[in-house]
Parts: sequence; C-alpha cells; structure tokens
Amino acid sequence: MNIYNRRKIASKLMCAAAFLCAFLTLVPLISIFGYVFAKGVASINLDFFIHLPRPVGEAGGGMSNAIVGTLILIGLSCLWAIPLGIIGGIFLSEFGNNKLGTTVRFTADVLNGVPSIVIGIFAYTLFVLPMKSFSAISGAFALGIIMIPTIMRTTEEMLRMVPRTLREAALALGISQFRMTVSIVLKTAMPGILTGILLAIARIAGETAPLLFTAFGNRVWHQNLTQPIAALPLQIFAYAISPFDDWRRQAWAGAFVLIVIIFLISFISRFVIGLHYKLPSSR
Amino acid sequence: MEERVKVLNLNAYFGNTRALKDINITIREKIVTAIIGPSGCGKSTFIRCINRLHEVVPNTKVSGKVLLDGKDIYSADVDPIEIRRKVGMVFQKPNPFPVLSIYDNVAAGLKLNGIRKKDYLDEIVEESLRRAALWDEVKDKINASGVSLSGGQQQRLCIARCLAVKPEVLLFDEPCASLDPISTSKIEELILELKKYYTIVIVTHNMQQAGRVSDYTAFFLLGEMIEFGKTQDIFTAPKDKRTEDYITGRFG
Amino acid sequence: MKIKFVDMAFKKATTIAALSVVALICLLVYSMALRSMPAIQKFGWHFLFTGTWDPVKEVFGALPFIYGTVVSSALALLIAVPVSIGIAVYLAELAPSYIKQPLSFLIELLAAIPSVVYGLWGIFALAPFLRGSIQPFLSKYFGFLPLFQGEFYGVGMLTAGIILSIMIIPTISSISREVFLAVPFTQREAALALGSTRWETIRLAVLGYARPGVLGAVILGLGRALGETMAVTMVIGNRPEISASLFAPSYTMASVIANEFTEATSNLYLSALIEVGLILFFVTLIVNIIARALVWRVSNKVKGELRE
Repeated sequence: MNIYNRRKIASKLMCAAAFLCAFLTLVPLISIFGYVFAKGVASINLDFFIHLPRPVGEAGGGMSNAIVGTLILIGLSCLWAIPLGIIGGIFLSEFGNNKLGTTVRFTADVLNGVPSIVIGIFAYTLFVLPMKSFSAISGAFALGIIMIPTIMRTTEEMLRMVPRTLREAALALGISQFRMTVSIVLKTAMPGILTGILLAIARIAGETAPLLFTAFGNRVWHQNLTQPIAALPLQIFAYAISPFDDWRRQAWAGAFVLIVIIFLISFISRFVIGLHYKLPSSR
Repeated sequence: MEERVKVLNLNAYFGNTRALKDINITIREKIVTAIIGPSGCGKSTFIRCINRLHEVVPNTKVSGKVLLDGKDIYSADVDPIEIRRKVGMVFQKPNPFPVLSIYDNVAAGLKLNGIRKKDYLDEIVEESLRRAALWDEVKDKINASGVSLSGGQQQRLCIARCLAVKPEVLLFDEPCASLDPISTSKIEELILELKKYYTIVIVTHNMQQAGRVSDYTAFFLLGEMIEFGKTQDIFTAPKDKRTEDYITGRFG
Repeated sequence: MKIKFVDMAFKKATTIAALSVVALICLLVYSMALRSMPAIQKFGWHFLFTGTWDPVKEVFGALPFIYGTVVSSALALLIAVPVSIGIAVYLAELAPSYIKQPLSFLIELLAAIPSVVYGLWGIFALAPFLRGSIQPFLSKYFGFLPLFQGEFYGVGMLTAGIILSIMIIPTISSISREVFLAVPFTQREAALALGSTRWETIRLAVLGYARPGVLGAVILGLGRALGETMAVTMVIGNRPEISASLFAPSYTMASVIANEFTEATSNLYLSALIEVGLILFFVTLIVNIIARALVWRVSNKVKGELRE
C-alpha cells in the first residue's frame, strides 16, 4: 500500500474516531434519561406530591415537604442574591472600567469556581454554628453565594450590550445617571438578565452538597426558617444511599421531578430570550 | 515554451452566483503570467480553481476543464490532494504554522508525504530555504518559531514551504499585499529567479508589479477574461477599451 | 444639586454591592482558617502527609483524600480529554450543519444534570454494569497489572473516574470547540495547499494553533472534577485507604466532608474536616487561575490577530 492510500485511510479512521466520540457520549445521556424517566415515572403518583415521608421501614409516603422546601430555598436565595448580583453587575458595567472593576471581576470568577461543598462549610461557620441549629436561612445563604457570580456577569454583559447612544440621549434630557441606568438601560437589558437569573436558579435547584449541613433536610414540615428544611436533592441523596427498596424507588421519582423542574426553568429562560431577540432593535 | 496549464471554459460558482464566466487561457512554463483586474473580478477565485482550493468553501461549484500537462484535474479519478501537492500556493497574508519551528514549517509538506529520514529532510529544507532566498537569514535560528520572523521573511518561509514538496506550478495570490516596499522588491526578485524552474501565476492588484515581474498578463473584469497577451502589449497597446480604462486608472 | 446627590449615592451603592463579592471571599477564607486552627495547630504540615484518618483515636491525616481526589480526577481527565477533543473536532470541522445544533445541544444537556442524579444513576446503573461486565473483563485479561487487581464491587475509584469524566466532557468539549472555530481560515488554507488530507489539515492547522486554549479548557475541566462532590460520594466507596488498584474503594476531599461533617463528634474532628475543605479550596483556586490565564491568553491572541 503506497503512502498515499495509507494517509487517506488514516484520515478516514481519525474522522470516524471523532464521529464516534461525539455519538458515544450520547450513550450515558440516553442511559441516564432512560433510567430517570422509566423508573421515575413508574413511581410517581399523587401520594408523592401530597404526602410526607413515612417513618423508617414503612412503605408509602411522599416528598411533598422536599419539593416545597426546594421552592422555599430557591425563593429565599433569590431574595438576597438577585438584588446584590444585579446591583453589583451595574457597578461592573457602568463604573467598572478600572482596577477595582478588574479585581471584582476576578473575585467573582474565583467565587464561581469554589466547590459548592466548601461554600456549604462557609455557610455552616457563619450561620449554623452561631445559631446552633441547621436552618433554611443558612441553606439560602449558601445557594445565594453560588448564584451571585453568574447574575453579576450576566447583568454586566447585558448592560454593556445596550448602545451608548441610548444612554447619551437620556442624559442629554437632564435626568440623573441613576434614573437613566435603572429606568432605561436596565429595562432594555432585562430579558437577557432574566435569562441569566433563570439559569442560575436552574443550577442551584439541583445543588445538594452545600445543603448537607446547612438546610440539612427534614422528615416533616419545617416550623420556621430558622429550622432545618427538606430539599429535593437532599431527599434523593438520602433515599438513594438507603437500604430500603421503597425509598430507592422514591429516589428515582424525586430525580424525575427534579429534572423536570430544572428543564422547565431552562425552557422558560430560552423562551424569554426568544422574546428578547424578536425585538428588531436587537438584530 | 511548453503549455503547462490549459484552462477550458472554466465557470466557477458561489452558490448561485457565477464568479467566473467561460475562462479560456493557456499558461506556459518558465514564464510568469500575471492576473490583474479590479477587486471582485474573480482573479483569486481563478487561481483557486487551479489548485482545487475553491471547492473547499461550502456551496461552491466548478464546471469546465483545467488541464495540467494534458490531464484534467477535475476528472473523477483525480484526487485533489495530489493536485495540491503539484500546484503550490502562496497567500496574501503570510501564514506559517505558529507552533512549528522554521525547519518544521518547511518540512511540513515533506513529513505529510512520509519522508522522515533526517539527512534527507535537512537537505531539502536547506535547498528550499536557499531557493527562497531565506537560508542565510535563518540558518542560525532554524529552530525558532515560524512566526518569530518579520513579515517579509515569513512570506519567504511560506514560499520555501511550498518549494519543499517540489511542485510544478506556483500560484501567488497577491503575495506582497501586506508587505513593505523592501520586502516586496525582495519577493519580486525571487519570483524572477524562480521562473527559471517553475510555472508561475501571480495575482496582483498592483499594475506596476505586473509590469515588473510578468511576461504575460491577463486582465479580468467581473468574472470574465477580457484580454490576454504579452505584458508589454497589454500595457502599451491594449486591444480592449476596458483594459485601457483600467490600465490608465479610470477605475479600479 | 439633587441629581448629583442621587448619582453619588447610586455609585456608592453599586460599589458596595460589587465589593460584597470580595468581602464574601475574604470572609470565607478567614472563617475557614479560623475554624480549622485546632487541627492546624495539632497536626501542622503532617496533616498533608499522614495516611491515617481515625476519628476514634483522633488522628487525622488528609493524605488518603488528596490521593483519592488526585487519582479520580486524573482518571477522569484520561478518559475525558481525548473524547472531548474528538467531539470538538467533529462539531467544529466535520459535522454537517443539520447535525451540529442538535448534537451540541444534547451534549450540553449532560452538563445540566444535577450531580445527585448522576450519583443515583451511578449506583444503580453504572456500578452494576461495571461489576457485571467491564471489571471481570479487566480483571481476567489485565489482572497482571496492579491497577486491576483485587476484589471488585462495582463501586470504587474506577467508577468515580468514569462518572467524573462524563460530567466534565461538556465543559472541555465546548470550550475546545470555540477555540477550534477561532483558528483563522488562512491556517487551514496553508495546510490544504500543501496537499493534506482532511485529518492532516486538522492536525497541522487547527490542533497545533489551538493548543493553549484546549489546555485551558482541560484545566477548567480539572477544576470542576476536583470539586465534584455528590456523584463521587455515591460511587467511590468512601474508604480512607490508599490502594494501587482502580477497583478498590477510595475517598476524596469533597466526599469525606460530605459524609462525615454531620457526624463529627469532637471539635478536633470538625476542624480537621474544615481544614480538608480549606485545602480543597486552595487547590481548586490555583487550578482555576491557571485555566483562566490560559483561556484569556488565547482569546486575546485571537482578538489581536483579528485587529490587524
């Protein structure tokens, strides 16, 4: 075989290998979704959404408190992380073209890369130890930290995309920079920012590690926010590693619900961004 | 002079747009043929049809024949890879491979063709760099990165890289467009030297350059070849009014 | 006048919000360092090199977890890097346009799956599969290597490495793909003009040029793998032992924290775990900084060339 044909065969082989890599990666994807949907749907029933977990060893029960708990945790985290993230993002875009801005951006990147379990330890030292109890508040603190860098970066990017001319026109009318930024620029960039927020929410919805010793989980309804609270990922984890078949079955159901929630949020965010780009000015 | 490349009824398309219309031209060996014309007239597209580089862009088509030494390069049994080794190309902006050394840049084509013996490679690399008038300037730093050279030197490196695989035809696509006047004249000198051994086609938007280096010139306009003849005749006594208008600077 | 006051307050408010990020990080390092003091004072540098983790005798050494983290991440990279580059090459250079979008969307989906769901799948799908099919095969034909000796249970270092690799493939492949797409067309033309085959063009023009960017992507993937907690905890076996065999159970820094934090009975135990967290923090910090520097360098290089 001459060198020529050898090269052509080698090229075909390598290109086939690349193709194989791409499609081989779909195998675990299909497997995971297959398992979650098959086993999850089989175990879903009304009980799952309505009932509390049963005592150890007893069959039946549900994850109602975990689902509600996750929603509460998300709500609490958003309460403090969204304003902080957006206002910080405004700083970066409007006043951040200097050393301070660079430092903040770098730090936000660092924060983004911190393993979520380390963030859990941080929340533990700050809230759980002084309060001497696990709580929804500490969980929301941890989740909020995870959200902030994403929200800040998205806000900055979206604000930067608003054309200069718009700002100048507004300022020329004699209004304050504050009013201009909030009422005009921010408003214009809102769809994009909302998308960033939704993606951040989708991310924290599935987070387990930072909640392990902050929210901690609860087998009954929490009494108030200074008490441990159940969360869907926590419950999935606890049931998955348990020795009971019934609990494991419910773990799959929980995984199914979690995946549905996350993809619902992602689809909504795509829908929002779809609306944003339908506006002619953005083309 | 022998005919090396004969182009018959060449048409080239970008999607539905016809960029070249029925081009017929004969390129001879051991002379320099220049292709001149205003921007967008199809000169780059034309030479890219000679080394089958045009078809790499998606949604393109070529019809007609391009005979290299009598054999149509577009016939079904011909592999474009073979053609591209035989027909070398130097581009507008020098494009040496940045991660390879000067030596490895020149040897790149050889290694592709399976030549690995160090002595043989050394020999050809030196010969190619000499032919490209670059050897003396780089012989002491032959392992430096390909992009550590100046623009003009990089272009000569690209020429050496071309020469190493022993092509038969050399295509130059506005090779001096991004170079300073001194590098430009060095390359023009080089081309005049290289024409002794190769068939050369040069695309240029610089008419004085065409006048300096070429023996025959073709004038292209809007995808058609308007006139083709001895460079001297084209520039002093053009037959077509459009050629005359271009030469005298009325447009372009 | 009023406008000036409003704007000044506005600027101050945004600055404070932005600085809160800096404050959070400083507070994080400070409070973790504070709480790990008891362990730091008792064990000093030996903490990093001691292989014993005995809560009963109150002897704590982080070596088994450092080993577990490093080996599982290395294994993950070994699998993920070639596959990710293959995917990036396919999507950037080879795939027809009607495949590109759906395929890249599907691969991104892998990144959206929460870690705990990966773990669930790992326990009940991957581990049994490994125990039933792959591990016996490896043990039978490659058992002469210390890597594949000993009992296999389905869970262990190998499983953790495999699951980690799946989790980091989307990261590495998507960044690599962007880097490949940024390689200027003239490079490809240069390779083609020499008479190179499709693969040779990719190798000469794209892969070499993109090397620093791909390296950055790989290191970013490493950063993710190092900090990954739930999926690993659920499939690695959670035993603080160092073993040469990939079949053996192991323990990572993140896993030991996840598993034992709420069980920590004494102050020393807790501070030892927090110290492990501190080590994990600094390791991922350094890795992420290196990765960002590399990716930043490539994107600047590309911008610089486009400007010319």
